Amino acid sequence: MAIARSDPENSKCVPIASDDDLVAARREGRIVAEQLGFSTSEATLVATAISELARNIVSYAHSGEIHVGLVHNGNKRGINIIARDKGPGILDISLAMREGYSTSGGLGIGLPGVRRIMDEFDIASDVGRGTTITITKWKR
Amino acid sequence: MPVPILKQSRYLIATIQSALGDADLLRLRDKLVEKVGIERSKGVIVDVTALDVLDSFASRTVRDLAYTIRLRGAETVIVGIQPDVAFAMVQLGITLEGVATALDLEEGLAYLDENTRHGHRAF
Repeated sequence: MAIARSDPENSKCVPIASDDDLVAARREGRIVAEQLGFSTSEATLVATAISELARNIVSYAHSGEIHVGLVHNGNKRGINIIARDKGPGILDISLAMREGYSTSGGLGIGLPGVRRIMDEFDIASDVGRGTTITITKWKR
Repeated sequence: MPVPILKQSRYLIATIQSALGDADLLRLRDKLVEKVGIERSKGVIVDVTALDVLDSFASRTVRDLAYTIRLRGAETVIVGIQPDVAFAMVQLGITLEGVATALDLEEGLAYLDENTRHGHRAF
């Protein structure tokens, strides 16, 4: 199945360069989630997922960007988040997706946790060139 | 924005005011660990009512804070985790194992009164 991606012109880009930018990225996610009519608990899930992805950017790549936009699929509407960096990339994606695995001293729940709370999750990474993670949550 | 820490008899109360940056949270952890010694506190309450997200980093920091303070001879209780935040934490797999939590400040104080040797008395 093709991964949903929002139109870049209709998505908001939040540059991520330090942990201070996490708050702005989370806020952007909440705004879009509320526009879509997500419940506050769904909006909190979206904000938490954004927080995890933005934190990965700061921890591993130092800088990058988070795009927050709307996606459609027939009658379905959803929120789409793209986290992109030009960092070192991930050597072993299956290891990074394993529960409890962390190289940064975290809880090791970051990526598998994000995958669990979203409807769609895609990760593409080139060692030495960067990582792009695309996630979507559909409105129910 | 630094988190204010209030002293109430032998307890310290830190009320997080708004969406907190990582650096602020780490500073709060260090400050509380230090202040427990200076004030000879027996209990610490961290009020997170104003936090709209507790992600894996914030949760780990809160857990480390509670563990470290326990090694310093005081008990920590986290109060005010909002329903949506709690739901998201469970979905993410964050349990804050070994960390005491209570509904609000009042329940947190009651917890400390029961679980610290000195209880909540005026000095």
